[in-house]
Amino acid sequence: MSTTTPSKLQKILAAGHFGVTTECGPPRSCDGGVVEEKAKHVAGHVDAINVTDNQTAVVRMCSLASCIRLRIMGLEPVLQMVTRDRNRIGLQSDLLGAASFGINNVLCLTGDHQSFGDHPEAANVFDLDSTQLIQTVKMMRDEAKLLSGAELKTCPQMFIGAAENPFADPFDVRVSRLAKKVAAGAQFIQTQCIYNLDKFKKWMQGIVDRGLHEKVHILAGFTPMKGVGMAKYMKNRVPGMDVPDDIIKRLQGVPKEKQSDEGINICIEHIQELKEVKGVAGFHIMAIEWEEKVPEIVERAGLYPRPKVD
Amino acid sequence: MIMAKAKPIEEIIDEIKEFKRILIAGCNGCVTVCEAGGMKEVEVLASALRMYFKKAGQDMEIGEISLTRQCDKEYIKELRDGIGKYDAVVSLACGAGVQFLAEMYETKPILPGVDTCFIGVTEEPGVWTERCAACGECMLASTGGICPIARCSKRMANGPCGGSSDGKCEVNKEIACGWQLIYDRLKALGQLDRFEKPVSPKNWKTSRDGGPRKIIREVSRQ
Repeated sequence: MSTTTPSKLQKILAAGHFGVTTECGPPRSCDGGVVEEKAKHVAGHVDAINVTDNQTAVVRMCSLASCIRLRIMGLEPVLQMVTRDRNRIGLQSDLLGAASFGINNVLCLTGDHQSFGDHPEAANVFDLDSTQLIQTVKMMRDEAKLLSGAELKTCPQMFIGAAENPFADPFDVRVSRLAKKVAAGAQFIQTQCIYNLDKFKKWMQGIVDRGLHEKVHILAGFTPMKGVGMAKYMKNRVPGMDVPDDIIKRLQGVPKEKQSDEGINICIEHIQELKEVKGVAGFHIMAIEWEEKVPEIVERAGLYPRPKVD
Repeated sequence: MIMAKAKPIEEIIDEIKEFKRILIAGCNGCVTVCEAGGMKEVEVLASALRMYFKKAGQDMEIGEISLTRQCDKEYIKELRDGIGKYDAVVSLACGAGVQFLAEMYETKPILPGVDTCFIGVTEEPGVWTERCAACGECMLASTGGICPIARCSKRMANGPCGGSSDGKCEVNKEIACGWQLIYDRLKALGQLDRFEKPVSPKNWKTSRDGGPRKIIREVSRQ
């Protein structure tokens, strides 16, 4: 966590506040207004807004252009970058471009395999993986060098993030893998959506036992359920997702028109419970195509108003 | 070895229907082992084609041969005297063999009879699976003898990704997660410490990305 950047998110986390981030998926169109509208819903209630990079391997407006739009609005974007679609030349080039617009947060991801998306016949790149992208950003920032060794006259001042999924297998490896990303240079982590709190706490205990929570800010990820259908889909169809049957039963226990409210209630209760867990430094709320609910979640979870930093 | 599978017969018929005399040339190397292009497969394909063209009322003479290897000039030369009487050759060798035949017999159409798939092993009778991506710089010493390039769908050097579930890959439940295998093996070898050290970006110059490759061994040159 040593390198200090102009990132507002970093300042908030460094000051010991819970950080709150959210996610904004760009549209499958060139209408930049969509991104701006989504951002307006959440702007005052979060510290930074992630913009996804062709999530689930479906073509969308690019993350970089969307982040620039948010930056021009005076907001704090987190540039998500997957290594599936660009090699080290393209990734480093985009990092320089992002930094030129004052984008100071990056989330380094490998990305979903293209077989899930709308172009399953595409070639993939995977020149680097997520850990190597972290190494690359760190090298550009701290050593003022590209991967080639070529010197940079000005360096991208990026607060470096990574993802981790505490629910993927093998479970034993999930703490080690986080340690590896921290060793590579990750400064904050946004986790996969959490529904199984017991398993998350067990993972977090492993993190705390090794003192990793003092080296990296861990933001616990949440996606509120809109209903039983979504919960079942997440459980059965989304790789690496752990949705306990209790969640599905609880949603089934209320009338259909009340299920989305119940999904929000569950999300808020879970955030409140994890606020008490050692090592949790903040929350990443991914309300998929439901961004307008983020302010309510943040307020009711006792995370509002957001702290001010210089 | 190199694994291949037979092309659909309709595709082969479409490739050869304009000709009158065809030679089916098998290869007794890798493609024999994976039951795609040896003498047995030459015979099966030749008789299926004869039946098809007889039924269709089209004259088609079909010759059969299988060479020791199609990736060595010494063996390809064996066709020199007989190839003249055929209009075209359907080669059941891998893509290397098809091309090497075409290089030696410049004016003869050489058509592929198999789809070349990967470098792999016979996992059990009738089942062949991929093991090597021929990246040109082997890293197996540090990954417990299991290749992340060939066996992880995202060829991650620092896996497993978040999609690994019950030992299976997110792409398909039929695919073992390469990184689960690496983890299990490193654990068995008592080398889990290797797992925590970030592996730096790979040099792909030795892989296909560097352009067509060549190996020269001076001592073997005449």
